[in-house]
This record gives sequence, structure tokens and C-alpha cells, in this order.
Amino acid sequence: MTAPTHEQVSSDRLAPEGLAPVRTLTLGAAINAGLRAAMDRDPKVVLMGEDIGALGGVFRVTDGLLKDFGERRVMDTPLAESGIVGTAIGMAFRGYRPVLEIQFDGFIFPAFDQITTSLAKLHYRTKGKLTVPLVIRVPYAGHIGAIEHHSESPEALFAHTAGLRIVSPATPQDGYDMIQQSIASPDPVLFFEPKARYWDKGEVDSTRVASQLDLADGASKATAEMSKARVAREGTDVTLMAYGPTVRLAMQAAVAAAEGGVSVEVLDLRSISPFDYETILASVKKTGRGVVVHEAPVAYGTGGELAAHVAEHAFFHLHAPVLRVGGFHMPYPGSKFEHDYLPSLDRVLDAVDKVMAH
Amino acid sequence: MAGIGPLSEEGLVRLLDHTGERVADEYFGPFAEHLTFDDLRGFWRDMIMTRAFDTEATSLQRQGELGLWVASLGQEAAQIGSGRALRDPDYAFPSYREHGVAFTRGIDMPSILRVFRGLEHSTWDPAAHNFHIYTLVIGAHTLHAVGYAQAMDWDGLVGSGDPDKDGAVICYFGDGATSQGDVNEAMVFAAVNNAPIVFFIQNNQFAISESVTRQSTVPLAQRAIGFGIPSVRVDGNDVVAVHAVTRWAMEHARSGAGPVVIEALTYRMGAHTTSDDPTRYRSSADEDYWRERDPIARVETYLRGLGELPEDFEEAVRADAKELGRVTREAVKSWQPGPTDTIFEHVYAEPHPLVDADRAWFAQYEASFTDKEVTR
Ligand SMILES: Cc1ncc(C[n+]2csc(CCOP(=O)(O)OP(=O)(O)O)c2C)c(N)n1
Repeated sequence: MTAPTHEQVSSDRLAPEGLAPVRTLTLGAAINAGLRAAMDRDPKVVLMGEDIGALGGVFRVTDGLLKDFGERRVMDTPLAESGIVGTAIGMAFRGYRPVLEIQFDGFIFPAFDQITTSLAKLHYRTKGKLTVPLVIRVPYAGHIGAIEHHSESPEALFAHTAGLRIVSPATPQDGYDMIQQSIASPDPVLFFEPKARYWDKGEVDSTRVASQLDLADGASKATAEMSKARVAREGTDVTLMAYGPTVRLAMQAAVAAAEGGVSVEVLDLRSISPFDYETILASVKKTGRGVVVHEAPVAYGTGGELAAHVAEHAFFHLHAPVLRVGGFHMPYPGSKFEHDYLPSLDRVLDAVDKVMAH
Repeated sequence: MAGIGPLSEEGLVRLLDHTGERVADEYFGPFAEHLTFDDLRGFWRDMIMTRAFDTEATSLQRQGELGLWVASLGQEAAQIGSGRALRDPDYAFPSYREHGVAFTRGIDMPSILRVFRGLEHSTWDPAAHNFHIYTLVIGAHTLHAVGYAQAMDWDGLVGSGDPDKDGAVICYFGDGATSQGDVNEAMVFAAVNNAPIVFFIQNNQFAISESVTRQSTVPLAQRAIGFGIPSVRVDGNDVVAVHAVTRWAMEHARSGAGPVVIEALTYRMGAHTTSDDPTRYRSSADEDYWRERDPIARVETYLRGLGELPEDFEEAVRADAKELGRVTREAVKSWQPGPTDTIFEHVYAEPHPLVDADRAWFAQYEASFTDKEVTR
């Protein structure tokens, strides 16, 4: 199904070069601008997906790109996700850099075989002779009142597969920078876009990533850069770890906790595979407490991976076990119930209280 | 059909043209000969009812009562013509737009909207109506339909010659769906297993914004040839022709002769869903052309021209349609979500400790929340 239209994106769509380097953009418009910049920089960058052309994608993230780059570089594909990913892999063998849009999280699964069996393993199987620099953009997570299959958070299913990098931007600046870094990276990247945050505005400085990508080792720098966590707010009592859709929630929780005298440090993890354990462990060792918040179900999830790693590497610094806040072990429920299914401010604060009680 | 594109109207089976004139067809004409004026008035009524429901659902979405609505507007003939060719033992697998078929299967129409209000993922008992729940993952249900059909065959429900017993499956999907691997795999399985199934493609010319020309360079019915499945293209806005063709195809499948593909060429007169904006990808001239081919209007013209649409009948139907709209509106507005605790039900058929733990945690959490509020 199509999601709400994204008029804001079209209205503040970036004009090409020559505009002020710092602009206020929505996350959707920032990714659009990042795609545009990558396509300007490298003629091998091509976009593929369902409805990404004339419609500009159901979230309008590719709005205007067909007009400016033409049908060869902005391709409305047949309705077949396995076909999209599989043919893009072949294009990558010839040096193209396909950037794919999967319309919604719940519709990536027809391509699951191509992604986990072929895409993830080709570099390894060819002993490095082939690189497959695909970027798969996936609008994901909930909070938009959608029907089935349109609100899921399947990142853990992919994080479990070696060979894939997985990132999720939370801010317009990261949307702009990280899409370009993902495209520059020689590895396949799953780029999870928090769809409920597409309309959030923020400042975007376009010079940062541009200067990095111009370097001789730009691709390595870009890959390293997008794999780093960001300290979104400093604090001393608890480390709150979030990515994508839950970063804003974590920031709200930090503000609320501060009123109760608890100092929360918020990490915007940005990268899920790899996790930036250097930043994570430094923070948890400082605060002695950790809470991870994601929308995906908690059981067998990325939060469990984080908690285990922290326990293994910072055990003697911990005052409390690392707690996980996320979805339940169930299919995503009807949207009238999503506010109870998803992590809420109260649930995050509840977890903060619990680790503080130790 | 060789050499023509997927939107060609050439070679479509047609028994009632868009001006309301009957057309002869040597092969399929006989499959409509049994239809009386009462039957045709019945088709017309079904289409009016479907459209009334659909129109009401669209306005409920506009008023914020539904999260989304997927309209069947313009596809009523394809749905009613085929739905009315089914017999009780037949089983139908819809995609998510087949509200007209739902009507013919006796589904309580307002209940369809519970899903679109975000209350649950399905409402009716599929076995009670021989009508499966809607599937949103494009093409996934086509494989289920083939398996169901094979199992019907094993259970002796095919080719016995007893019309009260013999049945077949009909499976609905769109033009876009034909590109999915699942749909192609379904046709392979159906063909090699001689499954009693009719694949009913509603070619409404669009998959959201993409023209069917992005899915195929030839008429979709031609795909069937490669799988070894007989196929037919029909004017999907001609309820009489759709009915005749589906009767033939279902009989073929029920008799044990194997699968059939029907491609019904129709037009999605509205947006893909209430979230869509068709002005971004199609012209109003195109819309006008197809508005003139409105599937309801042509039956109406035909019946009225022959004096077979009496005023009192028409008035009664319009009143029924209005009443369906009212009942739908009242039902939708009255539905409130039940207790959140219910979302933990049915994850598994047997108890599962993880679900039990989550459920217990949630109950405790909610209770503590209320306590806090009380003490505050
Ligand atoms: C596997 C999958 N991919 C993408 C989507 C998103 N989507 C929903 S409807 C649709 C178009 C379907 O077109 P078609 O099969 O022609 O049926 P129609 O909606 O026109 O009846 C798309 C791409 C989906 N629901 N499932």
C-alpha cells in the first residue's frame, strides 16, 4: 500500500549545485539530495525500484530524479523484489552502483534469498575478485498507522548474515551523508530509513561528506565514517542506545530523566552491522548502565547482541544488567495497538528507573 | 494475439459492448445463454451494492475513520461477473481489492473495514465462506491457492461429475503481481500437477504508478502458453463476458481438465489507494476514455434500452445501496479497539513461554502505570 504522501519533501527539494551549503531539510528531502549528489558525482550510480520514477516513490524520496537523470538511471522496475536485487547484482559485476528501493520493510522478503545467499557472500566466494556495491534502501519501522507488512523492523534478520553492512540514519544530516557513504562503500549496504521520521527537519551541511569522498581513499573513509556511533547527548548515569526511529524517543527520555535528576547519555548508533563498540563500551564504562531501545522485537534481536557484547567486555564496569526495550514476540499488531506494542517514553523511562535502582 | 501489446483491446472476448449492445461470440456466447434478465438485474444490483460500499469506505477514510482504503472502483464487472460464476464448493483466494467477490461470497461487507481501521488483520472465517482472507504481499497467495486446489483434487472434490460436489479454486491478482516469482512458480506447480485452479488476472492497467507495460510487452494471458496453461482474454468491464468466460474456465477446472488463466482487461478508475495521487502518472484523457466504459453503465444502458430495468426495481436497489452505506458508516464508527491484552492471542496455537512472558510483563506494566497515576 502507498503511505501518506510526502509533500514536504517535494516542496523543499534541493535545487542542484550552487545553493547554500547549509540548508534545513526533512530527512526524506536530505536522502533525496544525497542521492542526487551521488548521481552527479558518479555516472555509474543507477536507481531501481517500484514506483520510484514518475511517482517519486511512495514516500517521494526519489522525487524529481527521473526528470533530471532520465529513465536509464531512474528505473521503475517490474513488481518483483527478487528480480530487483538479483539483476542489480549482475549490474554491479560490470561496475555499476545500483541503489535499490524496497517499497516497504515487509516486502523485502521475496528478495531475502538474493540478499543473504548471493549478495552477502559473493565477495567471499570470489576471494575478493568481485565486489558488489549495492545499496538497498528500506523505509522501515512503525508509527504511521499503516496496515500489515508496512511497519516492520527486520534489521536483525539481515544483521545475522555476514557480508552485509547495515545502517540507519536518524537525522537529515545523516540521511544526506550516510546515503552517499553507503553508495561509495564497496560492500553491500542495507540502508534502513525510519519512515515515521521522514518529515523531521534539521540542518544539513553538504560540504562535510563531499570533501571526504573527494579523497583518494574516500571509499574507505566513507565506510569507516558511516560505521561510527554518535554521542547525541552526553550524560553520566545511564547510556541509552538507539538507532533510526528510536533516537528521537531516546532524546526525549533523556530530557525527561534529567528532570528527575538522572543524567542520560544518548548514543545514536547509526550503524547496526558493525556496531561501533569502541564508542559504546567507552560510554557504558563511564555510566555503568545501559538500556537499548529499538522497535524490532526484543527476542533474538540486535539489542540482545549489544547487551551480550557489553556484558562480555564491560562486565566489571556494570552496576546493572543492560536492559532491552522493544517490540514483543508477535507479529506487528493492528495499527490501533501499535502505541502499546512499540517502545514508548514511559517504557524507556521505566527501564532507566530499573537500571538506576541497582 | 502475437505482436500486440499488453493494453491492446484486440481479441478480447466481449458479449456486451460499452454502448450497451450485445455482441455475438461463437465460443463463449453459449456460456451466457442461460442468463435471464433477472440474472442480469442481479449482476447490476451486485455492482451497485459493491460500488456503494466502496464509495462509503473511501469517504470514511477521508474522514479519518480508516487508516487506508483500497478501492474496487471500476472493477465491479470483473469481480461480480466472475464471483457469480462460482458455486458453493468453489474456493476463492482474493488479493486485497476484491470487495465485489467478497459480496458474492456472502461476506458481511462492513466487516472488511475492520482491517483498514487497524483493528485486526482479518475478520471472516475463510472456511465458512470458501473465501480466503486478503493477502497484501503481492502474489504470495497464488501458491497457497495452487496447494489448496491440489488438496481438493486429492479429496475427491474434482471431476466426479456431481455438480453439488465438484469444485475448483479461483485466485485473483493484479497485472503487477504477474511479475512476482511466486506467481510464476504457482503457474508451474498448477500446470505440472494439473491443479483445478483458475488464475484470474485483473489487469487494471496499473501497479500503483507503473503501467502494465513495465510488467510485460505482450498480453498477460500469453504468459500462460509457456506454462502449458490454456488462457483467455476478456473485456473486464463486460459483466456478461466475464461471467461466461469464468463459467467455462471453472467448469474446465472442476472437471479435472486442469488450470486456466483468465486475463480481464479493466481499469482502476480511482487511485491505487487513498494515499495515492494518480495525477502524477496518468492523464485525465485516459481516465475519461475509461469512464465512458464504466462497467455498471453499460449493463444499465442495455437493460434500460430493452425496458428491463423497471423504475421500482431500480429505486429499491438504490435504497438498498444507501442502506448498506449507512450500516457501514455506523458500524465503522462504533468499533473501538478492545483491550491491548488481546494482541497477545493467537501468536501460536499452543502456549509459548516468550509470548506468555511478554503478556505477563505488559499486564504488570499497565497495572503499575495505573497505580502511579492513582498515587500521583
Ligand atoms: C511483495 C510486495 N511488493 C510490493 C508491494 C507494494 N504494493 C502494494 S500494491 C502494489 C501494486 C500492485 O499492483 P497489481 O498487482 O497490478 O494490483 P492492483 O493493486 O493494481 O490491484 C505494490 C507495488 C506489496 N504489497 N507486496
